[in-house]
Amino acid sequence: MWLISKIKQVLLVAKPGVVTLSYPFAPHPVPKDYRGQPYWDHHKCIGCGGCAAHCPARTIMIRDVCQELRVMMYDGSRCTYCGRCADVCPEDAITMTPLYEMATGDKNDLSETMELFMATCHRCGRCYDHETGNSIDKMRNIGYRYDSIEMRAVIPKTTEQLDLNVLKETENFKRPEKK
Amino acid sequence: MLSNISKKVFTKSLWVYHCNSGACNGCDIEILNVLTPYYDVERFGIKLVASPRHADVMLISGGVTRPTLPIVKKAYDAMPNPKLVFGIGSCATGGGCWFDCYNVTGGAEKAVPVNYFVPGCPPRPEAIIYAVALALGLVDKNVAPVDVKQMELPIDMYERNKAWEERNAIYELLKD
Repeated sequence: MWLISKIKQVLLVAKPGVVTLSYPFAPHPVPKDYRGQPYWDHHKCIGCGGCAAHCPARTIMIRDVCQELRVMMYDGSRCTYCGRCADVCPEDAITMTPLYEMATGDKNDLSETMELFMATCHRCGRCYDHETGNSIDKMRNIGYRYDSIEMRAVIPKTTEQLDLNVLKETENFKRPEKK
Repeated sequence: MLSNISKKVFTKSLWVYHCNSGACNGCDIEILNVLTPYYDVERFGIKLVASPRHADVMLISGGVTRPTLPIVKKAYDAMPNPKLVFGIGSCATGGGCWFDCYNVTGGAEKAVPVNYFVPGCPPRPEAIIYAVALALGLVDKNVAPVDVKQMELPIDMYERNKAWEERNAIYELLKD
């Protein structure tokens, strides 16, 4: 009698086969729309700071070094991968990658720093995006290129407040510490 | 380097003590999920034990809250040397959403020295297995800090602009 029950058990187990994943030796794909580590496309980013304003865990910090340089730092150690930054981004510069194998011994491995070059309006001096659709605006943007020697005269002096000491300090952008 | 050391030190089965320091139970469920037959970490010899005195590895989940802080420290001291500590989840890694709340210490690192961090809210069971495999030296680390620039900051531009102005001082006279 016990033999029959054992055979029954073996048959029961044989039906589904091996269910255990051979995970660390073979990759396991994530489900569709899985939100892993966010990725910033620095070609698309316009530096509006919407992601920094919307982040519930305040992982994204933005600091203006001078009028034309904005430093964005993402501190992934306390990120909850909610995807609100990707939702709010007007340029779709942020994508939630399916990367989840992020175990590390150092918290700084999870951070991402991005230096954004902000163009400024000739009239008001505020920052704006490089216009790409309007061809008249495109012509004006040529005059803004800092490497064009002829056009340097027309570059407005919006960067008078550039402080090289501030730049040096923000090179190793510290995460805010609790006192 | 740490995985090389742990390869030599932890040659036998790892016994794991699971320490909840004020987590929302999301990470705890994922840790229990790792022990199920589907993920089955017992093939690496990992076993959950109830007492920190039996354990080699402590899994901390949750940003260490103020009431649990002395208990976490006591549990860490009760573990025999050598010991590994894993911070599971975003709360244990950096404090999560409440990293600066009045009653949260802000990550397991503030309470005890943590060897490996597993970010995620909650981390996938695979991510926890990956951390264990990283500690055992089976896989390589996958993340590194990213530093990108849209444009090199033209610092020389400011100096050259100034020189240009000095050279062309005549335009200042023409302004009037």
